[in-house]
Amino acid sequence: MESIILQIAARHMRPLLIGLSLIVLYRGHNEPGGGFIGGLMFGAAYILYAMAFGVDRTQKSIFFNPINLTAVGLFIALISGMPALLLGDSFMTGEWYTFFQGTLMELKLGTPLLFDVGVYLTVAGMLMLVMFSLMEE
Amino acid sequence: MILVLPIILPLLFMVVLIFTRRWLAFQQGFSIFASIMLTFVSFLILTDVQQNGILAIQPGSWDAPFGITLVADLFSAIMMITTSFVAVIIMIYSPGFIDKERQTAGYYPLVFGLLMGVNGAFITGDLFNMYVWYEVMLTSSFVLIALGGSAEQLRGSIKYVTINFVASIFFVSAIGILYGQVGTLNMADLAAKMRTWDEPMYVNSALMLFFIAFSIKSALVPFFFWLPASYHTPPMAITALFAGTLTKVGVYTLFRFYSLFVVFDQQFWMYFILTLAGLTMFIGVLMAASQFDIRKILSFHIISQVGYMVMGLGIFTVGGIAGAIYFTVHNMLSKTNTFLAGGLVYQRSGSYDLKYLGGLYKAKPFLALLFFIPALSLAGIPPLPGFFGKFFLIKGGFEAQQYFITAVAILTGLFTLFSMVKIWNEAYWKKEPEEVKEKGKVHPSALLATSLLAAAVILMGIFAGPVIDVCLQAGEQIVNPEMYINAVLKR
Repeated sequence: MESIILQIAARHMRPLLIGLSLIVLYRGHNEPGGGFIGGLMFGAAYILYAMAFGVDRTQKSIFFNPINLTAVGLFIALISGMPALLLGDSFMTGEWYTFFQGTLMELKLGTPLLFDVGVYLTVAGMLMLVMFSLMEE
Repeated sequence: MILVLPIILPLLFMVVLIFTRRWLAFQQGFSIFASIMLTFVSFLILTDVQQNGILAIQPGSWDAPFGITLVADLFSAIMMITTSFVAVIIMIYSPGFIDKERQTAGYYPLVFGLLMGVNGAFITGDLFNMYVWYEVMLTSSFVLIALGGSAEQLRGSIKYVTINFVASIFFVSAIGILYGQVGTLNMADLAAKMRTWDEPMYVNSALMLFFIAFSIKSALVPFFFWLPASYHTPPMAITALFAGTLTKVGVYTLFRFYSLFVVFDQQFWMYFILTLAGLTMFIGVLMAASQFDIRKILSFHIISQVGYMVMGLGIFTVGGIAGAIYFTVHNMLSKTNTFLAGGLVYQRSGSYDLKYLGGLYKAKPFLALLFFIPALSLAGIPPLPGFFGKFFLIKGGFEAQQYFITAVAILTGLFTLFSMVKIWNEAYWKKEPEEVKEKGKVHPSALLATSLLAAAVILMGIFAGPVIDVCLQAGEQIVNPEMYINAVLKR
């Protein structure tokens, strides 16, 4: 299916959706959002691109293999439980750090966010893997 | 902290195996090493539980009724050891049996995904978490059963997937009802609250839904039809892995739930479970005796043997439970072994159909021996472990004065012998038929794996004493759920 409208939309929507998915990922711990939804959005960006330009071109335009993305995600989710072990807490305990405390740029980062990043990558990779194989048929 | 290892190690191995999926030789070697590691870790947990009593930890530092608990008692440790040991054997067997395409298509990572789910279900102390581990396990098994995508496999996997989803619906509905009524998901907390509960109606209906879900998953009468319809479709190594692990997780969960949650109407549950156990044993073995495909005979056999395990649960004395645990372990080893021996027959003769087989005893006496050992063990001939398992179950049945179910168990034993003798006569003993398919060669690694497992079966029979001692301690913990509750809630 060649559609100029879809192609232009997909080209512009892809960076937008990826950016949005990162925002959703970050706010996910305390507000609606999180790794799962973010991952779906990230995957959707590439699925839209594949619908417009075909699976082959999409796969060439990405520098990673979806299955590797999933594996990286699983690994990140796994190591997000480790810092707690080093600090003497139970496995998977949430450890938080605040950067730039007291300034406008106050940034709270912690292992739950790292876990969410793992979920994000796993979901995105799995979604792309499944959709690409279905669309290739 | 050792308690998280049975879950995170398979996950780690899975990640490694996904990245190295192109290097076949590395995958094969690493999987053997990894499953040996898992067995070792499970042994450490067993010794730890023996020394310090039931282990319970709270990942994430959320305390017991709120966070997810991981609990290991002796029963779960025994099941984990057996599962990982079966995995070691399957990992040695697979390079010689499964074709290269399937091996590189993600077979090894999926096996570890399956093991992660199975181990998770064995050590979780939280109802919903249990459901999640079941899903992890089932998702891996869905892909494994369809891996390669032959038409027969897809036919089998559709039945398998559908019925397992139905079972999951029952499972989640039951969790919902219980949570709505009692207000907690922690299994120990739930059990403690149920002991002072005054509304048995909701609890019993939830329990019945649980029972249906797990009897589908462990293939009890009348929910067993999916098993023989799907288990014979994938390559034998995958079937053997399923036979050795999956239905037994259902049995494990039945034990755990019965011990913790059956507080109302115990008389009813006892007769209900004993009736189903008797029917399962008998119907399973009758259907096995009427089949002509080795894989189908063995698949129906799984059902019949699950009946024995559940019979021990129905008796619910320390002796009965210990017998059932011993029987489960023996079954996981012997059953896998018969499947693997069947796979060797296929490699040699190119068929699973008894009509086209024959003369193997004359041509390959060692192959015949490898089938002979587990088959006799399943039939219950001393000194093989099947004899001790049945002996303790029947002894438990007499002590609990359940004469009828005991009689059924003894009768089923005869039919088991009959169906094993049928395979023996047809495949090994009778003359080789004229119209044979082309003959293949048995792969050395498949042969090695099957011999190792046969040796393990014999050892389990010889060292029945120490093994049954551990099983008796495990039975003690199952019969007294207070030990479990107190260990989790730290009272």
